[in-house]
Amino acid sequence: MLRKTGWPGAVRRSLKHPCGAPSGNVDREPQSAVIHFENVGLRYGLGPEILRDITFDIPASSFQFLTGPSGAGKTTLLKLLFLSLKPTRGLIRMFDRDIASIPREDLPMLRRRIGIVFQDFQLLDHLTTYENVSLPLRVRGKEEHTYRSDVIELLKWVGLGQRINVLPPVLSGGEKQRAAIARALMDRPEILLADEPTGNVDPPMARRLLGLFRELNRQGTAVLIATHDFALMDQVDARRMILSEGRLEIYS
Amino acid sequence: MSAADKTPAQPERKKPADVKTRPHGPIVPSANVQGSALLAVIAIMSFLACLTLGGVSMVRATAASWQSQISREITIQIKPDDNLDMDKALNDARNIASSFVGVTGASIMDKQATSRLLEPWLGASLNIDELPVPRLVIVTIDESAPPDFAALRDALAKKIPQASLDDHRTWVNRLVSMARTTVAIGTGVLVLVFSAMVLTVIFATRGALSGNRHIVEVLHFVGAEASFVANEFQKHFLIISLKGSGAGSALAAIFFLLASWWQSRSLATPASDQATALFGTFSVGWLGYVGIALTMILIAGLTTLTARLTVMRTIYEIDQIRSDPARSDGLNT
Repeated sequence: MLRKTGWPGAVRRSLKHPCGAPSGNVDREPQSAVIHFENVGLRYGLGPEILRDITFDIPASSFQFLTGPSGAGKTTLLKLLFLSLKPTRGLIRMFDRDIASIPREDLPMLRRRIGIVFQDFQLLDHLTTYENVSLPLRVRGKEEHTYRSDVIELLKWVGLGQRINVLPPVLSGGEKQRAAIARALMDRPEILLADEPTGNVDPPMARRLLGLFRELNRQGTAVLIATHDFALMDQVDARRMILSEGRLEIYS
Repeated sequence: MSAADKTPAQPERKKPADVKTRPHGPIVPSANVQGSALLAVIAIMSFLACLTLGGVSMVRATAASWQSQISREITIQIKPDDNLDMDKALNDARNIASSFVGVTGASIMDKQATSRLLEPWLGASLNIDELPVPRLVIVTIDESAPPDFAALRDALAKKIPQASLDDHRTWVNRLVSMARTTVAIGTGVLVLVFSAMVLTVIFATRGALSGNRHIVEVLHFVGAEASFVANEFQKHFLIISLKGSGAGSALAAIFFLLASWWQSRSLATPASDQATALFGTFSVGWLGYVGIALTMILIAGLTTLTARLTVMRTIYEIDQIRSDPARSDGLNT
């Protein structure tokens, strides 16, 4: 169960990002675009274009849904957003940098400013919930004593306070999803991307998770949720980005 | 949450620091079948490498000892002749040899010793006076400052034309070349063993990366740099290689200890004599054990370095293929 306490200190504090970029409402330019796509197209090999002339902005502190039929290219678009795939054509700017000109070694630093939640959670089965959630800080070379209390607090906040030392195979779908969300939030990302975050949970849990995302957004993080779940989208008055046959339409 | 951030409104909340967690587990799981197989391969390779190293050093030591023994002596041979007074010629040869600087002693091999020398071929009832048998003068020399062999040969030829000097140079040269060949073969075997090990580690690392691809992916999207991922796999392989090379080297050291113990227990038995004649003594000395320890460290270092370079290269390849839509399979659209 999610606790009805406030946002944990780990996320609440408006600290400067390790890369020097703003993190949180206080330092952020109002409504500046975190991500900008312009005429982006993508094809795999010699196949047809999966994405065509995609143009949109994701403003800071914004909340939007990405939807569309299966095979419309949602996962591919998320991969582009997460710098995991290069576009075949077009311009992508992230945090005011053209990604085509970013050296490969700088990509991890940029990825650290983005949190991602996968539909299949992508938790490491041999690590406990605590270890999985603290992974983003561990890979940054931080000492455990500097983040231990923050991780435990965040786990309690997402309702996993009793599952700290449990391995993922023992967790339920909803618990895995919350662990994956906690991991994505751990290092205070400027944007959170979530791929079907409610796909494996029942409607009450889906509502709770949505509440979690809205709370996060209220704290200043831009949120993009890829989903098929219209009932979920109807609960929030947010921008809808609809992908269909490789083209994107945006309804504010 | 730091103490300063805690509010009095939540006094019931348990302090996060009170929650017990296990020490961080390794990001790359330590135990799997692949790891056990690699550990066995590294142990076998280390054992073979240490055995080769010990064998080469033993043969070198034996060859050096033979060479030293042979180099300490030269022989003057006087062939019988109708016009030659053999006893006088033997005395002359001994005197000539003794007069040279670098000669530490010269002795005539008497008739009894000569007949004993010929006994295996001519039998025990040999009367040496009835046969024209060549006689020998054994000259011992200072190994570090040997006499001028050419001058000695000339002096002997002038006084006793039937005398010839054998400085064993042919044997020494053969032994030196044998020792060099043995060392070259041993080095070749070591290079082959190390190459096979490096290739095995490359395959194992690629296999481990392929088997743990999901870990690389997760580390990738939580913002890990390639060097961090490489460090994690490097740690994994360092532990495996230390265990494997430690076991292999320890087995080799035990093998040499047991062989040395067996040889000392069975001194003067035909089997031991035969083994000693072929291989020398099985003792590798403390330097040999230092060599075994160094081999272990070298194998562990080589394995770790190979794993690191392979991981860095493989991550780069994965990144290249993943990020390039022209090379991706496009299954997940």
